[in-house]
Amino acid sequence: MKLEFLANSIYWAIVISLASYVFGDVLKRKFKIAVMNPILISVALTSVFLLATGSDYSQYKANSSLLSWLLTPATICLAIPLYEQLSVLKKNGLAIIVGIASGVLTSFLCILALALLFSLGHSEYVTLLPKSITTAIGIGLSEQNGGHVSITAVVIIMSGIVGNVASPFVLKILKITDPVAKGVAIGTSSHAIGTAKALEMGKVEGAVSSLCIVVAGIMTVIKVLLVRTII
Amino acid sequence: MRHLKQLLIILSISFAGEILSQYIPLGIPASIYGMVIMFTLLYAGSLKLENVKEVGDFLVGIMGIMFVPATVGIIDCWDVFSKSIWLYLIVIVVTTIVVMVVSGLVTQAIGRIEKRRGEGRDEA
Repeated sequence: MKLEFLANSIYWAIVISLASYVFGDVLKRKFKIAVMNPILISVALTSVFLLATGSDYSQYKANSSLLSWLLTPATICLAIPLYEQLSVLKKNGLAIIVGIASGVLTSFLCILALALLFSLGHSEYVTLLPKSITTAIGIGLSEQNGGHVSITAVVIIMSGIVGNVASPFVLKILKITDPVAKGVAIGTSSHAIGTAKALEMGKVEGAVSSLCIVVAGIMTVIKVLLVRTII
Repeated sequence: MRHLKQLLIILSISFAGEILSQYIPLGIPASIYGMVIMFTLLYAGSLKLENVKEVGDFLVGIMGIMFVPATVGIIDCWDVFSKSIWLYLIVIVVTTIVVMVVSGLVTQAIGRIEKRRGEGRDEA
């Protein structure tokens, strides 16, 4: 069923995204299950809505561009929790830096190992390579190295959602209780989307996780540059 | 007016970050340059926390929704994605969790060693 009035509306895209997000948040509060994640639910419901009404993604994308447009200013504002928790960051500087470096290296090796295991080609490999870092850097890396950009975007965001959803269990099972370590674990594995969860856990977790977005992103860029020069 | 001024400062920093990312060819996006700029200004004291705090906290608080439009893009590359969906899912879930576990455990271990050393110093 194709709805004509949608084609003439400039508000529907944001209304459907927001409504499904708020609905996801209500479900999250009501059921307290991690899978009831507002981002996940909003993406699922919005996609179903687009497919059911026969709307084009390109049109939805154009009409919802305000939301994506806010992402850069919002990411920049992660400097605020960072600044507020500066003393904690300074005190734990070494642990944080080594922790992030170990995570970036692990991500590299893990994807390489899985690529060899599943005998992936070069383009699939570089599509997956930036998966733990922030979307804006990751997409650039994938593009420069001949990856499939739209899939990289989806893979990065899905990694963020996995981190956001799984982190409470994973951290609990492995007895990672130190707020600084929790922040590094979440920020290094699942960038800004994970950081949203880290901010819910506490101020220290949120600030450390925000720092990881920057440091892990830059470390990955440097590492890809190095690998490219060597090969 | 207060909120408008805060928004102006945040957007100006975004603009500065955008310019840097265009002129420095490292593939680092405007948001990362901007984050470094804002942090530096706050740290140097040239930007007061209360001049960005409320709007900044609001933007950070609603960040989740901002990822929705790009992710819905999956319906456009579904054909390519669905061909190897299990492979992608395995890589996404396994790598994310392994990275989380390794970086978390390493950070916690180093933190504990440093703490112990610090306590040792205090006793001596």
